[in-house]
Amino acid sequence: MPQAAIEVENLVKRYAGPGGGVLAVDGVNLRVAQGELFGLLGPNGAGKSTTIGVCTTRVRPTSGRIRVGGVDVAAEPPRARAGMGVVTQFRALDRGATAWENLYFHCRYFGWPAAASRRRADELLAQFQLADRRDATPEAFSGGMAQRLQIARAVAHRPRVLFLDEPTAGLDPQSRMAVWDLVRGLRAEGMTVLLTTHYIEEAERLCDQVAIVDHGKILVCDTPARLKQSTGAGAVARVSVEQTGAELEARLRALPGVTEVEPTAEGYRLLAHAREGLAPAVAAAAQGFGLRDFSLHEPSLETIFIHLTGRELRE
Amino acid sequence: MSTTETLAAPPQAPAAPARPSYARAFWGLMLRDARLLRRDLFSFVVRTIMNPLFFVFIFTDIMPKIGQNFSGVGAANFATILVPGLVAIAILFQGIMAVAMPLSIELSGTHEIEDRLMAPLPIAWTAFEKIFFSVFQSILAALVVFPMVYFIPATPVHVQVASWWLLAVVIVLSSFTAGALGLTIGTLVKPQQIGMIFAVVVTPIIFLGCVYYPWALLGRVKWLQIATLANPLVYVSEGLRAALTPAVPHMPAWAFLAALVLSAAGFSWWGIAGFRRRVIN
Ligand SMILES: Nc1ncnc2c1ncn2[C@@H]1O[C@H](COP(=O)(O)OP(=O)(O)OP(=O)(O)O)[C@@H](O)[C@H]1O
Ligand SMILES: [Mg+2]
Repeated sequence: MPQAAIEVENLVKRYAGPGGGVLAVDGVNLRVAQGELFGLLGPNGAGKSTTIGVCTTRVRPTSGRIRVGGVDVAAEPPRARAGMGVVTQFRALDRGATAWENLYFHCRYFGWPAAASRRRADELLAQFQLADRRDATPEAFSGGMAQRLQIARAVAHRPRVLFLDEPTAGLDPQSRMAVWDLVRGLRAEGMTVLLTTHYIEEAERLCDQVAIVDHGKILVCDTPARLKQSTGAGAVARVSVEQTGAELEARLRALPGVTEVEPTAEGYRLLAHAREGLAPAVAAAAQGFGLRDFSLHEPSLETIFIHLTGRELRE
Repeated sequence: MSTTETLAAPPQAPAAPARPSYARAFWGLMLRDARLLRRDLFSFVVRTIMNPLFFVFIFTDIMPKIGQNFSGVGAANFATILVPGLVAIAILFQGIMAVAMPLSIELSGTHEIEDRLMAPLPIAWTAFEKIFFSVFQSILAALVVFPMVYFIPATPVHVQVASWWLLAVVIVLSSFTAGALGLTIGTLVKPQQIGMIFAVVVTPIIFLGCVYYPWALLGRVKWLQIATLANPLVYVSEGLRAALTPAVPHMPAWAFLAALVLSAAGFSWWGIAGFRRRVIN
């Protein structure tokens, strides 16, 4: 088996605290191949940041073995850090320093000589469309600009593995697209990327592999396409009714092509083989139950998350 | 460099990086701090000189002119007593102003320190860099304050350096103590508590730090003389007193040197342990 860029074996992390502490990660196994763009998708508190924290030497694992770029992160933190770039969940740029200095000094921390660091800072500002903000301090930056600078800084020392913790949280759609493009560009150049997100769309459209995490465990891990197929559904319908009940549920279940019926807050969610004929069939079945709303969707990673956990991932 | 360069390392590069140079990373951190200090030099000077400036102006220039005089000790006037004391405050308080306050804010609020924590050197070195850089800041503060306390007083100030070696050793050890104390406080205190720290820690340290009187004279209030031995500023003041104004009574050199070495080492250990605890879960 070729060496993976990131290998996590049986990772357990329990934070100390009252009542035995918090079990944040409960037996996670991951293998991220060289050059892969890997996404951890999960709700708040799933243990995504903790997993990244362990990989980036900032959280000590309770047990488990973690290697990044072939280096054991617990045994040799400085050497592991030398080969990775990290963007944390905090927007944590050096505020007393200019955009250029943020990049320049980052290179110096990694042992780069002055001239090479200077060239690298200039080059990155141009590449990340920040050249006109060269001498501005990041306080004055928009969220999108600050995030671009963070990513630029994380890759400044040419790491082979990049960790991005919720890279687009809180960004407007346009800035989010810009970050996606940057990440795709890095991937095209051979960078291995592990990112976390709770945006379904981000996981689906950006990642090669997605692991769905909840309560510190990986529920499933596969390509987005295969994950979506795994429910066997060709369509998902949301039905909102005034009165729910066993009779309506049974009627919906009996409809041709419907494989699953799950109760929701407003009514039911149906998984079906195909979308054709579903709308009129549901309308007929819901006759007398006060049908309020009906919508049809393609199955998404959200479908499988709900399927596995019975809950919705909050967008 | 050519324009064909890519962001990532070429795929054929060896997977495991060589052992990084800790010294170069440390140097990088120092360069960053130096750049920010240079940018901030004006506010550094202002915050360093305001307190001693007004103190010397009122107590050694105005007070004698309006007939309100402090008597001094023996042949040494009050202005001479103050020289080592005010320089000592300047040194020690750089540790709090330049290390503790920014660190407390970076650790709990802004997380600005994140990028430096990801530098390829052991976390203890990153913490030690804070102490090491602040040594230079403390020395700079001493150099800024000294001419003021020397030239402003209306009465003549008698400074006499018996041993430059002793002076250098005292200043360096004092500066280390200041930085290490700053690191310790910075890792223990939340930003909201800084005001509180000034009230309950800084104020007693200053007033009980043998700044305005030599330690020997506290012999008349024995319990206080013994209690002040827990205050690191006492050793800084007394050390500088021995080095700058040897005619004024002061502690024996072995006593303040031993105490300064112990406090520098003890606070370094405590501060580095606290730093590690704060940044690694
Ligand atoms: N330093 C800490 N001390 C104690 N408990 C912690 C600490 N950090 C995280 N936790 C707990 O561990 C669990 C997992 O947290 P984590 O931050 O890894 O989740 P996450 O998936 O990143 O969530 P989010 O989407 O909100 O960022 C949560 O229950 C959280 O409260
Ligand atoms: Mg998180």
